[in-house]
Amino acid sequence: MGSLDFARGREVGRSLGRLEAAAKVDGTVEYIHNLRLPGMLHGRIHRSSIPHGRIVRIDTSAALAVAGVHAVVTADDVARLVPDPYYGPAFHDQPILATGKVRHVGEPVAVVLADNPHAAEEAADLVAVEYEPLEAVFDEVAAAAPDAPVLHDELRPAGMFTDLKHLAGRRDTNVALDARLRSGDVEQAFAEAEHVFEHTFRTGKVMHAAFEPMVTVAEPHAAGGLTIHTASQSPSFVRSEISRLLGWPENRVRVRTAFLGGGFGAKLYIKLEAMAAVCALLARRPVRIALSMDEQFYTITKHGATVRIKTGVARDGRMTARQVETFWNGGAYADIGPRVTQKSGFSAAGPYDIEHVALDNYAVYTNEPPAGALRGFGISQLVWAYERQADVIARTLGIDPLEFRRRNALRNGRPHATGTVVVGMEVDAVLDRLAEAMAWDKPFDRGTGTIRRGRGIGIGVKACVSPTTSTAAVHIYGDGSCAVHCSTVDMGQGSDTTMAQIAAEVLGIPTTDVRVVHPDTDVTPYDMATLGSRSTFHMGNAVRRAAEDARAQIERMAPGATSFRDAMLARFAMQAGTVVGFGSYAPSYQKPDPETGLSANITPFWMLGGAGAEVEVDTETGRITVTKLVNVADVGRAINPASVERQLTGAAIMQLGFTLFEEMVFSDGQVLNASLADYKIPGFLDVPRELTGTFVEAPHPEGPFGAKGVGETGIFSPSPAIANALYDATGVMLYDMPLTPERVLRAIREAGGRPLEQA
Amino acid sequence: MTHQRTLSFTLNGRPVTATARTHETILEVLQRDFGLFGARESCGQGLCGCCTLLVNGTAVSGCLYLAAFADGAELVTVEGLARGGTQHPIQCAFVEKSGFQCGFCTPGMILMTKELLGRHPRPTDEQIRHYLSGNLCRCATYPDIIESVRRAAELV
Ligand code: FES
Ligand code: FES
Repeated sequence: MGSLDFARGREVGRSLGRLEAAAKVDGTVEYIHNLRLPGMLHGRIHRSSIPHGRIVRIDTSAALAVAGVHAVVTADDVARLVPDPYYGPAFHDQPILATGKVRHVGEPVAVVLADNPHAAEEAADLVAVEYEPLEAVFDEVAAAAPDAPVLHDELRPAGMFTDLKHLAGRRDTNVALDARLRSGDVEQAFAEAEHVFEHTFRTGKVMHAAFEPMVTVAEPHAAGGLTIHTASQSPSFVRSEISRLLGWPENRVRVRTAFLGGGFGAKLYIKLEAMAAVCALLARRPVRIALSMDEQFYTITKHGATVRIKTGVARDGRMTARQVETFWNGGAYADIGPRVTQKSGFSAAGPYDIEHVALDNYAVYTNEPPAGALRGFGISQLVWAYERQADVIARTLGIDPLEFRRRNALRNGRPHATGTVVVGMEVDAVLDRLAEAMAWDKPFDRGTGTIRRGRGIGIGVKACVSPTTSTAAVHIYGDGSCAVHCSTVDMGQGSDTTMAQIAAEVLGIPTTDVRVVHPDTDVTPYDMATLGSRSTFHMGNAVRRAAEDARAQIERMAPGATSFRDAMLARFAMQAGTVVGFGSYAPSYQKPDPETGLSANITPFWMLGGAGAEVEVDTETGRITVTKLVNVADVGRAINPASVERQLTGAAIMQLGFTLFEEMVFSDGQVLNASLADYKIPGFLDVPRELTGTFVEAPHPEGPFGAKGVGETGIFSPSPAIANALYDATGVMLYDMPLTPERVLRAIREAGGRPLEQA
Repeated sequence: MTHQRTLSFTLNGRPVTATARTHETILEVLQRDFGLFGARESCGQGLCGCCTLLVNGTAVSGCLYLAAFADGAELVTVEGLARGGTQHPIQCAFVEKSGFQCGFCTPGMILMTKELLGRHPRPTDEQIRHYLSGNLCRCATYPDIIESVRRAAELV
């Protein structure tokens, strides 16, 4: 090692403020939302008004007559450029514009291009579409039945994920994917179990409501290329998918992003990009398509799910067998739903050591808007079921809920239901921290009269999605300054600062001296996507390796230099040149056996989250007030502790909304509350008086500086914790989320033998 | 018949003029004619506060505020808070306490805080929650925003 000051331990583990803080408080921070290009047209989507039907004819004449309208684009126009206009990360099932048929209310049928947004909006309403309605199906269980109306003639797996290939060519079914796991012999174990518990839980559909609504600006180039400026979490995927659709090499498509005003999984894969690209190429002008908040409700949602869960328990309170059957309401297009089904489905046994496990997961097409990833990727639906049931078991057996979880905890060195031996997952530490934060061993006042109090806990686990790749470059410029090039998207989680801290730690410089270059596929190297809490671990490792590479090059080329600046001068004989360090990371992985779902290496790391809640329940109104909410995560090591805590409190509040009141209400496939006026999200007054986000650290052997991801961990467990607290307060058992006052009151009245009349 | 109108108003301390069509909101004018994007549209219905600006010292939702109403008024956007390159104390407080994540709601939170501190220089936590309750944050950075407002009250 040279004499450069490469001391370690200065940057990682500090609660540094965001690199972009100044721009965020003075309003100048860059979002794609702000982008206007000269000569740009505004696209506005005309959407299907029915849930399922054939398109008989589209009349665009009235729309074209509006002053300022340049063109109205329909599937026929798309077909001229893209003969096979179907896209999607898991299945090629979603047309750029409805082709022959519509499959959900709100599906894009035509795009009006106009020189101002008002003309585009007015004209979009004037597009007249004649439909021949088809029978529709909305419920995920009904849609999986053999006699249900079928949405797609044939399944078309995308090929990107080799484990979906076997589905190609399947016909006459809405089940896009069935994923199973078999470990041990559940039937025999149920027969031998002292107790068997069986329940069905449901969660409704909710929506991300990222505050920067989806927006894409596509810019064609005279020389034949295309730049797509897009608020996307997956620029690398957008490049490859748009290239595939157009039949172009990837090097003709440039995709760039800026800061995102929230993502939460909504801005993954292809959303507006293909549509904007085609419109821009047809019009030969830049085209901006920007959704309103309302339109987002018809674009992507979280999966509603029906979870049937059966658990066998021995006399000593140990769970011996678990069978879970989950139907995921995927909506009309698969998006990433089959992966949600598969990658989350196998975790349905929870963070528990259960010998006999049988899991069946069905990704089901329905005539509702598509469902995809939403912070947690299917995990919270499963945790809702298994952690609600855990409290029922504990209470029935007279075991304290915390003790019940301790007794069944899956510990390091033991095999998970998939067969993968668990490493770096700290169940005991999380439960201890939860017990402490909840003062679990202290007496608790449960109230009297009409206000009852209760407390509850829950824990949930997710296996980080695998296998995926991240690559990064660290540049040292002629003056010795440094920039990290990576395609991780900072959508609010603070990844720029995290990556800068990791690079700074390796390079021995202050974090504030590191610039992070935003994703631009012409400039920043490949990354799978910013999703699933994978960035800190995967991109963190890539950035760390890139920084190590840059540092090693400098040490080799200028031994004895005392700064990067001097090193560059020494090597290039003037203040000039560039040193590029490169790093990539892809964890090892073993594909699950298609029959049993077993794998010796299913994930690079496990994410464990626990939550505790105290509630007050008004037994006359059914209203739940969460007075205390604690989120505990096992993070390996926190690169930026304050940022981690903020992710945990933020996730707690977001999930509180999903638990208590957020729900998309449907009628014949129409969303009745598609606006923030009717779909309420948590505000200041919903924040619990006591709210804690806290974490336990046990460095993960493969994480960068021991770190694991945390963006989703706080989402897993607040829902069952709150429902378990309701159960503790009132003895009332609810199976469906959200816990609206009406549902709670009905359940309380029913339990008290005075049921309310049905509305 | 023309639907255009010429407006004169003060924007962040400077007298300006702009032309707007009668159905256009002030947000569209700020973005198109002045390149100001700190007030930004999210819900478009007056429910989230991302589009907040101050008109004659009062916070309004720019997404619902027709440009024509701005004629003769004094407008302040978040870009107008800094003085001579120095952040306003409320901005300093939000930086110090990291009262944001994605930042999309932040200008609205800051301008609402300005209005709050104008009326209640030493707000209680209850006052903060109630005063800001019309501003939403999907990242749910609420605890840090409350901290930021408390800190701002000390700095202002
Ligand atoms: S955009 Fe104006 S209040 Fe939401
Ligand atoms: S910081 Fe993202 S919406 Fe408030």
